[in-house]
Amino acid sequence: MKISTDTLRLAVPVASLLLLLAGVFYLQPRAMSYNGLNLLFNLAVPIALATIAQMLIMAVNDLDLSMGTFVSFVACVAATYLHDSPLLGTLILLGAIATYAALGVIIYLRNLPSIVVTLGMSFVWAGLAVLILPVPGGTAPEWARAVMISKPPLVPMAIIASAMIAVFAHLLIMRSSLGVLIRGVGGNQRSVQRAGWSIIAARASAYALAASFAVAAGICLVGLTTSADANIALRYTLLSIAGVILGGGEFTGGRISPIGAVIGALTLTLAGSFLSFLRISPDWQIGAQGAILIIVLALRLLLNRLESKGGKP
Amino acid sequence: MTLPMPPAVLEVVNADVRFGEVHALDGVSLSIHPGECIGLVGHNGAGKSTIVSVINGGLSPQQGEVFSDGMRLAPYGIGVARSRGVRCVFQELSLCPNLSIIENTRIMHRNLGGFGWRKRAAAIIVASLDAIFPDHCIDVGGPVGTLSIAQRQMVEIAMAFSDAGQPPRLVILDEPTSSLDSGLAAQLLAHVRRFVAGGGAVILISHMLNEILETASRIVVMKDGKIVAERGAGGFDHAGLVEAMGSAATHHTAARRSSVASQPTLELTLPKGQPFRAFQGEVVGLAGLGGYGQTRLLLALFDRHSPQWWPLRNPAVTFVAGDRRENGIFDLWSILKNMTAASVGDLSRRGFVQDNAEIARGDEWKARIEIRTPDMNNPILSLSGGNQQKVLFARALSTRAPVVLMDDPMRGVDVGTKHEVYGMIRAEAEAGRTFVWYSTEMEEMQLCDRVYVFREGAIVAELTGDANSEHNILRASFEGEAA
Repeated sequence: MKISTDTLRLAVPVASLLLLLAGVFYLQPRAMSYNGLNLLFNLAVPIALATIAQMLIMAVNDLDLSMGTFVSFVACVAATYLHDSPLLGTLILLGAIATYAALGVIIYLRNLPSIVVTLGMSFVWAGLAVLILPVPGGTAPEWARAVMISKPPLVPMAIIASAMIAVFAHLLIMRSSLGVLIRGVGGNQRSVQRAGWSIIAARASAYALAASFAVAAGICLVGLTTSADANIALRYTLLSIAGVILGGGEFTGGRISPIGAVIGALTLTLAGSFLSFLRISPDWQIGAQGAILIIVLALRLLLNRLESKGGKP
Repeated sequence: MTLPMPPAVLEVVNADVRFGEVHALDGVSLSIHPGECIGLVGHNGAGKSTIVSVINGGLSPQQGEVFSDGMRLAPYGIGVARSRGVRCVFQELSLCPNLSIIENTRIMHRNLGGFGWRKRAAAIIVASLDAIFPDHCIDVGGPVGTLSIAQRQMVEIAMAFSDAGQPPRLVILDEPTSSLDSGLAAQLLAHVRRFVAGGGAVILISHMLNEILETASRIVVMKDGKIVAERGAGGFDHAGLVEAMGSAATHHTAARRSSVASQPTLELTLPKGQPFRAFQGEVVGLAGLGGYGQTRLLLALFDRHSPQWWPLRNPAVTFVAGDRRENGIFDLWSILKNMTAASVGDLSRRGFVQDNAEIARGDEWKARIEIRTPDMNNPILSLSGGNQQKVLFARALSTRAPVVLMDDPMRGVDVGTKHEVYGMIRAEAEAGRTFVWYSTEMEEMQLCDRVYVFREGAIVAELTGDANSEHNILRASFEGEAA
């Protein structure tokens, strides 16, 4: 009966995704096609990337409340500078990643609460985004557009991209030495420090990696929508946090699961479509989405209890 | 200073450390040579942990120098210490609970990187575990968080002795046996002797004086931040060592004979074995090998008697945790807030905490159990481990709960403090409080009125009065295996 804890943690998000998928297919059988699946899931790709970004921040026991505005900012940069003068656009995005790394260092050195710092930064990113694009507009870089509308044979792009994100993030965070170090900082910072590692470097790299994923999320989003808006991704802050938790992650202790996080992001996207198919008015959808979240989390709590009862000799 | 011996693995000269007003180290010099096991003993707050931090590079003294192999190490830090082969097992458990044992090994050994590190890390840690604790039955792929506290300590010890290209030369063991049962402790000490015979050096800190006397080749006694005595192994006996530490000699208080009558205050039927019962004013001991269900019984008792939703006006049970870092102290709170956390209800009026009442309560208990701090408003982490534990005791004893559950609360507490607390437990029991006490130390079981011995999750024996002896407890704990 020995099932590893990680497998059990992954069981809930997988089961809830399959359940929702079954519900969608039942309500709308035509979704069970190449195009249908692509339409259902293509908006999930940027959300999945943003969720991985949030997960990296949560891995070091912090929380990023600026995720939504940061992705919006990136989207605005991608639709303007990155399209018009790629070199300048790239430099701006690299600068943004460096800013994130610096934030990670400042939060650690000054012992500040990450929530406060990132909440403050969210206004900075939002302001910059409005400065760049005061009115919705801009054009997506052609390559981003090409990638996002590509039609690979057999399996839709959205599915392939999600799988690739999951596998890449898993290798990076669960298998590599750097990933172990980042999760170690979340688990027990003192012991990592005592082993002679630099906590500053570990935190800086966690934040920089997170920013890189968030940059990818912004570019993907623009590739899908073809133009940008300063408020395009505001929902991402809460969606990304919910996705991490849904996927079996925890707020503290460095317990995270990249595969779970991607599945969590897919589940959240699907929940929206499911509710639309049920003809629930958009006014109620956010509440209904919350209800789905609560049900899934309750399920996980139940499983955790069973686990702690059944575990240990 | 020239020495006739081979150069010291590590030598600390004239180290001086102050934390605010506390003079933690007062000009301490200590040298550790290859092939030596130094037993370091002293009260809580004597400076043992501080000198360990200086040696492992975690703390730079305000004054003093560190030498290794006759060379002065000018900027000395954690990295330099590790490159010199200094390893440390800390008093509070310090692995990352969310990572697997293999991943923890990776964190410990910085030079283990590169493709295929998992396989190498697994080989290293398994080799070390097998060498120290044969038949350990620990799965190194699993997360540390699911291990019992004894298993975690085993892993941590194995980690310190493991060799990933840079062999350990000086291993510091700070209370390594505090959560191990006697069998595992013996395996560890045997390994320490082997390691020392092979030219390694060990600093052993323990409150189990027998372990020190049997294992150490040189014994260093610290008191108030100074080394007060330093002799070869033969130079001390048990009483001499206790005397040198300057704490009260060990008295054996005869256990009070319990008068069983009336209704039990606590009762719990376990899935197998005998049921558990405790009567008013009784000190009930839970003995047996570590991790055989004693802690689970305590938690079940707590769950049964504490409300799940609304707080009760009169608390029925209170709990003293053994693993203080994990479920005892509030890291960021002051000593006072930590102490009164369990009884704010009693200290408040109309929903507001009465500051004066709280401060008075704090001062009363500070005097009663001698918490060593100039100010109760200092952060709890400014106290040494034993003093933190005293605060937890004060928190439990200052409530009005008639039952106190104690989960091996004396881990890493010095002899003097222990005897003070024993006296308080006795006095409180006379006054009608009930204590349920799990401990891995035999001596503490002798203080109980009645002892339940656990084996494999069940109570296998109940010992009362004269039957409550070390011999009987051991026999009951091992009955299944002994011939």
